[in-house]
Amino acid sequence: MIAHSADLTLIWAGVIAFAVAAYVVLDGFDLGLGILFPFFPEKHDRDVVMNTVAPVWDGNETWLVLGGGGLFAAFPMAFAILMPALYLPVFAMLLALVFRGVAFEFRWRSRRRAHWWDASFILGSIIAAFFQGVILGAILQGVAVDGRGYGGGAFDWCTGFSILTGIALVIGYGLLGATWLVMKTGGALQAHARRLARPFAIATLFFIVALSAATPALEPGYYQRWLSMPNLIFTAPVPIAVAAVVLLLFRSLARGRDEVRPFLLALALFGLCFLGLGISIFPYVVPVRVTIWEAAAPAISQAFMLAGTVVLVPLILAYTGYAYWVFRGKVEPGQGYH
Amino acid sequence: MLESVDAVLLARLQFAFTITVHFLFPGFTIGLASYLAVLNGLWLRTRQAVYLDLFNYWVKIFAIAFAMGVVSGIVMSYQIGTNWSVFADKAGPVIGPPMAYEVLSAFFLEAGFLGIMLFGRERVGRRLHMFACAAVAVGTCASAFWILSVNSWMQTPTGYAIDPATGQFVPVSFWLTVFNPSFPYRLCHTVAAAYLGTAFVIGGVGAWHLLGRDTTDKAGARKMFSMAMWMATIVVPIQIFIGDQHGLNTLEHQPVKIMAMEGHYESHPEGAPLYLFGIPNDRTQRLDYAVAIPKLGSLILKHEFDAPVAGLDTIPDADQPPVAIVFWSFRVMVGLGTLMLLLGLWSLWERRRHRLYDNRFLLWAAVAMSPSGLVAIVAGWITTEVGRQPYTIYGLLRTARSAAPLDAGTVGATLVAFVIVYFAVFGAGLVYMLRLMARAPLPSEPALDEIATGPLHAAGITPAAAIDPNVIPHA
Ligand code: HDD
Ligand code: HEM
Ligand code: HEM
Repeated sequence: MIAHSADLTLIWAGVIAFAVAAYVVLDGFDLGLGILFPFFPEKHDRDVVMNTVAPVWDGNETWLVLGGGGLFAAFPMAFAILMPALYLPVFAMLLALVFRGVAFEFRWRSRRRAHWWDASFILGSIIAAFFQGVILGAILQGVAVDGRGYGGGAFDWCTGFSILTGIALVIGYGLLGATWLVMKTGGALQAHARRLARPFAIATLFFIVALSAATPALEPGYYQRWLSMPNLIFTAPVPIAVAAVVLLLFRSLARGRDEVRPFLLALALFGLCFLGLGISIFPYVVPVRVTIWEAAAPAISQAFMLAGTVVLVPLILAYTGYAYWVFRGKVEPGQGYH
Repeated sequence: MLESVDAVLLARLQFAFTITVHFLFPGFTIGLASYLAVLNGLWLRTRQAVYLDLFNYWVKIFAIAFAMGVVSGIVMSYQIGTNWSVFADKAGPVIGPPMAYEVLSAFFLEAGFLGIMLFGRERVGRRLHMFACAAVAVGTCASAFWILSVNSWMQTPTGYAIDPATGQFVPVSFWLTVFNPSFPYRLCHTVAAAYLGTAFVIGGVGAWHLLGRDTTDKAGARKMFSMAMWMATIVVPIQIFIGDQHGLNTLEHQPVKIMAMEGHYESHPEGAPLYLFGIPNDRTQRLDYAVAIPKLGSLILKHEFDAPVAGLDTIPDADQPPVAIVFWSFRVMVGLGTLMLLLGLWSLWERRRHRLYDNRFLLWAAVAMSPSGLVAIVAGWITTEVGRQPYTIYGLLRTARSAAPLDAGTVGATLVAFVIVYFAVFGAGLVYMLRLMARAPLPSEPALDEIATGPLHAAGITPAAAIDPNVIPHA
């Protein structure tokens, strides 16, 4: 009886996918820096590493709120199924984000306990990244649905596959962080970051291959989608593009001059993986139980939000871009922004 | 069955704990963001150094409080789904959109301009810097606007229909769901509360440094104490008036909550007393040891001495909130409001006698009252939220039927984790803020981006070289 609009629902799936992608990319390099912190034991290096991201971390994390909040608003039923299903990994991620978020502030407020907040930044980043990967894996492998709610147990999410996606995301974020540092720093620190980027890139590639092989085995639907003819014609370019990007990334890292390109290539790699995920999942929002149309909020809710979204999201992108621009340039040790 | 009841209780405890901690930070930063914007505006207009010093002093504290508000807030947005998944499914179509608007119109605005506000004074020029300060202040109020609209809809739902196929609440008019009957009162009362919560902290810090023995220039301490006492003098009476109006609105829409607040177990057909004190006893349904002023209850609630007032004896047990919590938390709030009023009047009196900065009793009273605003905020919210029980959506959806299908062990484990982590992490943050407040504002107080204590704070840039974090060099 209540109207659902197919087009609005598609648009909202797109908006949420965009928010999640923006989050993964932005907070990805941000968390990646925490993951790389152990490789920079010197305090002055750590100061610089943190400096490169501190002006923007709050904005980066806000995309996570938009992803979750958007899912709640546009697909409340999906939110209601997934949150209890992912209860423990979600809270583990959130608590980890508490630890690393406050580290940005607290690290400078206490000399005696600074190493404490460094540890909090490192562990917070690693645990948050790991559980984001676990959440992704748990969603991909499917959750038990009972009526309009979750029908499984507290530990259903915990499988070999989800652990694997968890580790994969930690490694992938590490790659993003390393290439970000190549772009934003100079001198010995930059050279160190460049050296770190290579093993992380190799490990990332390994996990992409492993997970791509494992995913079609999870669900007959995924297999169909990727490997049956004629779909294969459309899906085959994705792995080919991944191979090409990885190749370019290695070449670019090997060349001392490239500073921006490694980061852009790492982003492209994430973009391709995201596209691959989309191919696997669409049109489900809870694979493979609930489609976006089944979970959609009524058209009036989606329309009310869209009216503001079309105005506000471009505005947000504009002033976020401006903030990045204000604090642009390389961060050097001992040298601030003024 | 027992299992599931326990799980619901634990989920409620967990939610109540995390939101109470969360709201302490916005309760402070909403007021502080506006205060900083005002200080910056006054500095640009008058060019009196004291305003810039105060800005630079409080902005350091703001940065810490804001970071804690952000991380505790991110937890909240997911908890609606983790703890109250049935509620989230049913109410999502109505309250999801305003919450999405909160992200789009408030959180991004704050996050986008915070870095420029904290560290950008020299980089963007004073016009844009002033704009950034104003944007952050507006952002915090916009956040309050949307989230309080959502909470108010849960108290006084209007503008919805129920979809028989899914059981979801479906908006019929967003105008009516957003501007529901209790929203204007709750918005005014809460924003005023946040301003007072901040003002009393600032006043307490100012008074502390006026009392201090060190003889450095006290211009900063004077200015902040004076500004805070003006807030107390002017805004507290307004707040009490709004609170009274809010109560009348609640009487109209949630009479049972008022019965609990007033301790009215029994009906009073010939006019109700005002209970000042008493021990609510849910078992016997009586207020033990009651101290009452006859007929005053009717006068306040109905503006007539003999107006009849119904009591909880007209309400089935299953529909009553827990009386004692509501009764006491309401008295804490009103009691603190009264003390704040007295402090405001006293300061006005001393001001007129030109003794505002010299009366040590007044200064000590202001120090003692510094947490009063924040305590009153928490007490007020406990009144509101516990008084809504046993419903999440008043009269329509019971709390017990809102909860996620989780077992008690899982919820209990995360509750313990939250308590430990929040006390450790936010406790440390509190210590760092108090340390900053314990140091008096300096003449030519260094800006955040001038102290070489290390880089960035919530979202900004300072020089990277770390000298001694505990020594603030003069600029
Ligand atoms: C500085 C804080 C502060 C102070 C001094 C007061 N309040 Fe308050 N009060 C709040 C802060 C607050 C609050 C935390 O902001 C609440 C919780 C929900 C809300 O809307 O505001 C609240 C709720 C609240 C409610 C519950 C409304 C409802 O749930 O339906 C009533 C009836 C009052 N207040 C009335 C008063 C009165 C008569 C006061 C006179 C002294 C008073 N308040 C002082
Ligand atoms: C910031 C100030 C707030 C405080 C201090 C606060 C406090 C509380 C408390 C103490 C409870 C537990 C009540 C009980 O179990 O008896 C509660 C429950 C709840 N509150 Fe609030 N709340 C606040 C704001 C909000 C807002 C803005 C929302 C709306 C989005 C909200 C939604 C809920 C929900 C869903 C529950 C769980 C159901 C229930 O037990 O009533 N609260 N809150
Ligand atoms: C269930 C209720 C609530 C949820 C889900 C929630 C969510 C959030 C989130 C996600 C943030 C971080 C924003 C960022 O990333 O920058 C935040 C911060 C904030 N919240 Fe809440 N919140 C709730 C209750 C409240 C209430 C009741 C108020 C005000 C009356 C409030 C006011 C603010 C403000 C002003 C900020 C930004 C300032 C700061 O972080 O200190 N919130 N909240």
